[in-house]
Amino acid sequence: MKTLVFLLEKEFRQLLRNRQLLRTLLLAPLIQLILLPLAADYSVKNINIAVTDNDHSPSSQRLIAKITASGYFRLTGYTASYPAALKMVEQDKADLALQIPAHFERDLVRENTKQLYIAINAIEGTKANLGGAYLRSIIGDFNDDLRVQWNMMTETGQGNAISASAGQDDPPQVSVASSNWYNPFLNFHLYMVPAILVTLVTAIAAMQSAFNIVQEKESGTIEQINVSPIKKHIFIIGKMIPFLALGILLFTMGLLVGRLLYGIVPVGSLLVLYVSLVVYLFAMLGLGLLLATYSNTQMQAMSLSFFFINIFNMMSGVFTSIDSMPGWAQAIVFTFPPSHFIKIMRTVVLKGSGFSDIMPELWAMAAIGVFLNTWAVLNYRKTA
Amino acid sequence: MDAVITTDKLTKKFGAFVAASELTFEVGKGEIFGFLGANGAGKTTAMRMLCGLLTPSSGKATIAGFDVYTQTEKIKKNIGYMSQKFSLYDDLTVSENIRFYGGIYGMSRPAIKKKTGLLLEELQLQSETNTLVRELPLGWKQKLSFSVSIVHDPEIVFLDEPTGGVDPVTRRQFWDLIYAAADSGVTIFVTTHYMDEAEYCNRVSIMVDGVIAALDTPAGLKQKYGSASMEDVFYELARNAKRKGD
Amino acid sequence: MNWPETRNVKETNMRQLFTFIRKEFLQVLRDRKTLLMLFGLPIAQIVLFGFALSNEIKDSRIALVDYSKDAITTRLIGKIEASHYFDIRRSLAGAEQLNAAFKRGDIRMAVIFPQNFGDDLIHTGKATLQVIADASDPNQATTITNYLESIVTDYNAELAKDAQQSLQIQPEVQMLYNPELRGAPNFVPGVMALVLMLVCTMMTSVAIVREKELGTMEILLVSPFKPIYIIIAKLAPNLLISIVNLFIILVLSDVFLDLPVKGSVFLLVGCSILFILTCLSIGLLLSINAKTQQAAMMGSLMGMMLPTMLLTGFLFPIENMPVALQVLANLVPSRWYFIIIKQVMMKGLGFASVWKETLILAGMCTLLFTISLRNFKIRLQ
Repeated sequence: MKTLVFLLEKEFRQLLRNRQLLRTLLLAPLIQLILLPLAADYSVKNINIAVTDNDHSPSSQRLIAKITASGYFRLTGYTASYPAALKMVEQDKADLALQIPAHFERDLVRENTKQLYIAINAIEGTKANLGGAYLRSIIGDFNDDLRVQWNMMTETGQGNAISASAGQDDPPQVSVASSNWYNPFLNFHLYMVPAILVTLVTAIAAMQSAFNIVQEKESGTIEQINVSPIKKHIFIIGKMIPFLALGILLFTMGLLVGRLLYGIVPVGSLLVLYVSLVVYLFAMLGLGLLLATYSNTQMQAMSLSFFFINIFNMMSGVFTSIDSMPGWAQAIVFTFPPSHFIKIMRTVVLKGSGFSDIMPELWAMAAIGVFLNTWAVLNYRKTA
Repeated sequence: MDAVITTDKLTKKFGAFVAASELTFEVGKGEIFGFLGANGAGKTTAMRMLCGLLTPSSGKATIAGFDVYTQTEKIKKNIGYMSQKFSLYDDLTVSENIRFYGGIYGMSRPAIKKKTGLLLEELQLQSETNTLVRELPLGWKQKLSFSVSIVHDPEIVFLDEPTGGVDPVTRRQFWDLIYAAADSGVTIFVTTHYMDEAEYCNRVSIMVDGVIAALDTPAGLKQKYGSASMEDVFYELARNAKRKGD
Repeated sequence: MNWPETRNVKETNMRQLFTFIRKEFLQVLRDRKTLLMLFGLPIAQIVLFGFALSNEIKDSRIALVDYSKDAITTRLIGKIEASHYFDIRRSLAGAEQLNAAFKRGDIRMAVIFPQNFGDDLIHTGKATLQVIADASDPNQATTITNYLESIVTDYNAELAKDAQQSLQIQPEVQMLYNPELRGAPNFVPGVMALVLMLVCTMMTSVAIVREKELGTMEILLVSPFKPIYIIIAKLAPNLLISIVNLFIILVLSDVFLDLPVKGSVFLLVGCSILFILTCLSIGLLLSINAKTQQAAMMGSLMGMMLPTMLLTGFLFPIENMPVALQVLANLVPSRWYFIIIKQVMMKGLGFASVWKETLILAGMCTLLFTISLRNFKIRLQ
């Protein structure tokens, strides 16, 4: 136990003396937390649409007006032919192309039905999904208005065949009353900032801890440790504690920035958050440790940790939803501690989830942590 | 002889390569035992086995009475070690390094404080108590490294090529420190490829191609091989060596 | 000793250069672990992300609460079940359980049919069902709410068919370039740009700083080698490795992800080489100011990873960002490269469509290279 105290003394001294590192570690994350949410706006607006109106009827004009008035779309092209509109999509000048065919209004009334043609650049899924959804929604609304108006007209209109339908009730309609819970203003920051905080803490935990140990390997001081009576597990604990502290510090700073800059106040309890953080750091430091036991140079440590961190960043549900992954990918992601912690962060901060709600995730992280740390401790040999 | 190190056919193989073969020798208490040989001869492998850093492939060895296979942790409590790289923490001060190594060897805080004072006085480094080690000149780092390796008063201290890259004056001062330690009862096990340092040792062994080719006092060896200096003795033994150094 | 006379100085220089380049290659090739990463990383990531990442929203877990339990609600529930948008997780007895289910993250949306739903519809012609979405992820919430609304619209259309004058507009939607809405067409180009950029800059900067740290750089500087040769030799292995990586990625995309290069491979490779050179120059620039390997690494990572991920445009649309960030994005080479890949690889377009981006990349490359060369020389003085 006493040796642990001496170890920690040394570790903290070294850490606090490493000015360059401290600066990078504390500053860069802050910048990230400030920049990222600014940029990370998934809300789809300003969708560029190119419209070809071959009908030139009052109805088609009204539809186009409705589309531009919606606020979702920007009319970037009003072309004479549909191929020209499609060309605009090809050139990335428009995201969608809409064709209102000739005799649209006339045929709609006569045949009771008529097609509209929409082409969407589907390379980027979210835009395609939402763009299509918004447009369909607008067309649907327009359709309803048209229907109501038409029926009103025919009721008050002159006789003939049309009056046969006069007095006919409007068809029954189901309507949807939708509400958004936990994030009623659909604020993306609420969604992104907790996840970004996790990515920051991850880099410190997994990468920096690995570097630190490999540095000792490269400078030879680890040999002095190996030749001394320090027990293996004491040495490892001595390495982990400073980074645990650093991770907690970073997390706290992140929460503060989240609060000051974005007004994000966790709905759930801070205790839940911090306990989850510690379990998470335990797992990630285990990974860092493990990577260090397999690296002999800083370059190797960097390559290995960068590999994992990049995969974590992309696949743990920060930017894309885990639900949309194929089964095998979801299984792999399940072994990533970040995916669990990100879920915890989002549910606790936004929905106020408590310990009982996040038990499965906590257990998963703890199990992974035990596995990684055990492997690391077994792999680290004082005697070769 | 009051043996603190005993080995019996100590061997280390890396796959098919035999780095050290059937080493058999004894080192007595308070002796300055030189372990010489060209680069690649197997000195460092042998030393690492004795320190508990490497598990031998076969053979027996005891350090301070403890078995090298089953009691490595006890061995480590009783030995000191100085690596080729002088392994001090560059970003800690002189006193912080002493404090750390004293602490991990189980010394009490008052004992560490006292020892620090003594050490700094002996090395005349009092003015550098709070200097970061990376700012010390090489010679001082080296001397400090040695002193730190015996801060906990071990029975034996292992020095792996401790005088690399240092000027002759500093080397002399360094050996003065070693003498002082030996006088107080510490056994010194030192590897080196500087043949003139062999003269400073009580007994010397010379490794060639993984085996001990000769073991005796420097005077005895010079007589046996009819050489005027240890360098010539070495040349005699090593010139037919199969393993060339780097 | 007699040294052979060389024919001319240029020949000697060339020979020296090749010797140097060979040494660089040997060093890189011998570090197995790093090599594994240099190749393994991009490949593993492309394949992984290509298959796993997508923005498609389907099989969303929802809960149903049916207070009415009549023929109409059953019909509607049947329609919801039949669509591949939703995965009905549970039918909750009551709405009180909703909060708990949301908090556990079990469901993303709840659909509630109030009492007398069917009756209201038949007798008053109107009925309202309630949809509650977990808006933690705003886009997902919007999308699945929209999905549900479209199912209801369909149902309404069925109802209206019986009545006259339904005036049904039928939008026919065609998804271009990526009809299955796979994530790969967006993410693979994005990850290509990201990974190539990060690997090139990091490896280059660390490699150069490593020589500085080891002291071998001094030896080079003292030699008669011109600084530009040192630079070329340092960049050469990374350039080659990146090009090999590129080819492997393109082959993998074709074979595994069904993403062949629709346009000219020659054009794509040409632009890629330009991009790689740009990244190498950035790595060079970074290495000049870093004193330790660790600083070089952290600098590239913290400094480059974030802007590249953000501002390349494959994760977030650049048009949505504040103007300041949009301007910043224009400075990030991967942003332009991403456009080129999309146009050439995904849409099969030619040089005419990407000349602007190519020109910008070429400009960046030249500028960065010149600056780093000059700075390198200055450092030597």
